[in-house]
Amino acid sequence: MTKNPPTLSKKDFSSDQEVRWCPGCGDYAILAAMQRTLPEVGAKPETTVFVSGIGCSSRFPYYMSTYGFHTIHGRAPAVATGLKISRPELDVWVITGDGDGLSIGGNHLLHVLRRNVNLQIILFNNQIYGLTKGQYSPTSAVGKVTPSSPVGSIDQPICPARVALGANARFVARGYDVSKQLPDLFKAAYEFRGSAFVEVLQNCPVFNDGVFDLITDRKQGPQHQLWLEDGRPMITADGKKGVRLDPKTLQVEVVTLGEGGVTEDDLLVHDETNATLAWLISDLPEVKALGVLYRDPSAPVYDDAVRAQSEMARQKGGGDIDALLRSGHVWDVT
Amino acid sequence: MQTPTQEVERELRQSVVIRFAGDSGDGMQLTGTQFTTATALMGNDLATFPDFPAEIRAPAGTTYGVSGFQIHFADHDILTPGDEPEVLVAMNPAALKVNLPALVRGGLLIINTGAFTRQNLDKAGYTTNPLEDGSLAPYRVLAIDITALTLASVQDFNLGAKAAGRCKNLWTLGLMFWLFGRSRESTVEWLRRKFAKDPNLAEANVAALNAGHVYGETAELPQGVGIYQVAKAELAPGTYRNVNGNDALAWGLVAGAQLAGLPLFYGSYPITPASTLLHALAKLKSFDVVTFQAEDEIAAVAAAIGASFGGSLGVTGTSGPGVALKTEAIGLAIATELPLVICDVQRGGPSTGLPTKTEQSDLFQAVWGRNGDAPLVVLAAATPGDCFYMGIEAVRLATKYMTPVMLLSDGFIANSAEPWKLPRFSDFEPFPVHHHTGPVEGFHPSLRDPKTYGRVWVKPGTPGLMHRIGGIEKGQDSGNISYDPDNHHAMTKLRAEKVARVADDVPEATLDSGEPGGELVVVGWGSTYGAIRQAVAQVRAKGRNVAHLHLRNLWPLPRGLAALLRGFDQIMVPEMNNGQLDRLLRAELLVDARGFNKIAGQPFRIAELAAEIERRLGVAPSPHANVDVRA
Repeated sequence: MTKNPPTLSKKDFSSDQEVRWCPGCGDYAILAAMQRTLPEVGAKPETTVFVSGIGCSSRFPYYMSTYGFHTIHGRAPAVATGLKISRPELDVWVITGDGDGLSIGGNHLLHVLRRNVNLQIILFNNQIYGLTKGQYSPTSAVGKVTPSSPVGSIDQPICPARVALGANARFVARGYDVSKQLPDLFKAAYEFRGSAFVEVLQNCPVFNDGVFDLITDRKQGPQHQLWLEDGRPMITADGKKGVRLDPKTLQVEVVTLGEGGVTEDDLLVHDETNATLAWLISDLPEVKALGVLYRDPSAPVYDDAVRAQSEMARQKGGGDIDALLRSGHVWDVT
Repeated sequence: MQTPTQEVERELRQSVVIRFAGDSGDGMQLTGTQFTTATALMGNDLATFPDFPAEIRAPAGTTYGVSGFQIHFADHDILTPGDEPEVLVAMNPAALKVNLPALVRGGLLIINTGAFTRQNLDKAGYTTNPLEDGSLAPYRVLAIDITALTLASVQDFNLGAKAAGRCKNLWTLGLMFWLFGRSRESTVEWLRRKFAKDPNLAEANVAALNAGHVYGETAELPQGVGIYQVAKAELAPGTYRNVNGNDALAWGLVAGAQLAGLPLFYGSYPITPASTLLHALAKLKSFDVVTFQAEDEIAAVAAAIGASFGGSLGVTGTSGPGVALKTEAIGLAIATELPLVICDVQRGGPSTGLPTKTEQSDLFQAVWGRNGDAPLVVLAAATPGDCFYMGIEAVRLATKYMTPVMLLSDGFIANSAEPWKLPRFSDFEPFPVHHHTGPVEGFHPSLRDPKTYGRVWVKPGTPGLMHRIGGIEKGQDSGNISYDPDNHHAMTKLRAEKVARVADDVPEATLDSGEPGGELVVVGWGSTYGAIRQAVAQVRAKGRNVAHLHLRNLWPLPRGLAALLRGFDQIMVPEMNNGQLDRLLRAELLVDARGFNKIAGQPFRIAELAAEIERRLGVAPSPHANVDVRA
């Protein structure tokens, strides 16, 4: 026994299975970010479980050397809830996509978030159905031409972060596949007690290539990235624009610093604990809020409450089957 | 408690069937339950049948809002709630209208005249008042203004008109207690416990109960209103209690989990008639039980599967529509070879169907109702008390064979009560589960027991044995994803063989009554047990060589069944469905099983089964028009 066990590395979290995503898929970068994050936060492969649904993203558990459960379409949050309630000491991660989590499994996503089960949910948003070969998803833009929408999708898309906020999620973050900050977001999600929801913008090079270029591209990205920092004014990554609230309309607007006398003092200052603010900036037209949009660690955690009730019941005694059967009216026949 | 002051002659009867009927808001289920408790304490054997509408409070006075509770009690061993009531309590015209056709001619009819207003008569569809038009002449009528007498009995308690009126079921119960010589004690205790926070209300109800009793003691009953006395039943020595099927099933699951040495996780979404299973288990947290009221049926089973993956015993309970929703997830448990118990408390019809009525029409769904050659073990409980034993058996098989087990109950078993001779828990053989912990060398998640074919069950958290499972087909020798054609063929065969091997681990087919090789065998499953057993006994008493075989293992079928059945000239399969077990037996055993089907949302009556057996033996024509005989 060594006093300080050797620290684990990325390869300790990589399974022996060949990764079978399309070349250039954003999923590779997300996988690498996760495999980098887990040793850093001190996670152990044997106490870590990845639970996924169905879709490209949901193959994720096979590539981790942890415990994993590739379940059925949309139901990963429910499977993970059952697992986490019965084994609260495990680190449980849910891997889902925009179709899996927001379409077929929308109901379960809503309920795992409102219950605030202590687990992490990583939603890969590529705005398309990849595994079924390219149909539009609930996050696809109106007009998206796909095999099932040959003249353009007429479905209004939803914003995953707003779904999460609407479901009373206590931790909502957003990043993108090739971002250097992605491990930091995973780390923050891991350290949060309660349901931590992370939307990852993910490029699908086959069916929806470049859909997030405006945000993730090295050249034009910085002017559209709004990295949030608690207590700091909201300024885009290129330092040129910011977000201001119009107090008369209660609308937020993107303004250019120095234009019309706008200074940093006019900008909104990020407050992670403010759900209203998170809502206002979660779906901006010109810039994409990234980082931790909302974090409220004060809310009760579901699995804690389950355990507390169990403990309370146990303290009152019980567990005797014969006594259970003989509770209430019984009579003897001799 | 006073003793009766009125000199009455009580006719000694071997058994009595009483039906309480009233508006769904009249408290008939409560009245029936209290009468049941008092009857059990008297030492009678009994069986009950609550029959209530799907509407919680249907519009007052309507026929579709009538709620009924039938109790059969006897001085001997009985198995059914009785065919036809000999005593009917009708709290309003609608209750009379709905239930009078069932009352035997000459039966005792107790009527609350206070509810026989013009308005209520209209609502029930009476053009003339049956109290006045002579239509009740064939019955012995005890017409009492229970409403007025109840209000008078509680006037000192200042309850308000509505609350005072609600006491009339207790008044009626008091009268019934007197008529049948039962003690009020258990009900008085229960009232004081239930209304502990409102002693005034408790005492008002006690006053109504006592007033009804006093009415019986002192009022001169009309001529001809005979009252009955039923002696104690000769039951086997032991400690007894009344139990309904859902409570017994809840306790059986908990007992099974203890015998397996596992925490129990119960995921469920409320659905009639399975909800009380969730209620019962939610009270048992001190037994290492966690209940999870999920957002829907799918989440309920998915969470149970997640708990099983984590090393607990995952259980989900529902009714037929819920099983349909859970089907894909059950397939996942089959593919990943995780233990799972699915309790299906069956109800009537497709879709919403008849939520509060009983049926046994989910057999096909249980045995064959999944995509992709997905076998599981199917068990069926025969009586309320049997639910306890089958709950344990479901846990044993699920954990030993690493397979989902579907346990079929139904609305009749779930809600009916019977005295149950309590077992000693120490008499049950434990079947402790040993989660796999190593060796690490050579480990893969498809390792299995060579005898049972049960897959290794590794709890996440176990060092060195990290692995991934999932719904995609897995290699037989690696547990990794495999699209290999031969492997899929082999895995499909393996899944079937694993479940088939359960037949070696359960009792061989035996007759419940009768001898092999007779004229006719009645093959049943589930809640038809009591009616079949009694009907067979009646026909046997007439010297005919008939037998009864009741299946508790529906998939796989028990060993020796085909040979046993082939020894009979005829095989009759009564079912509360449109013919499922008969077809299953034909398909699996190539035997000439013939169905006898009642799809009325009501249990079989003994008489209709006995008549059909005799008809098939060439004795008598079937007199029952509402029974469809499918040859």
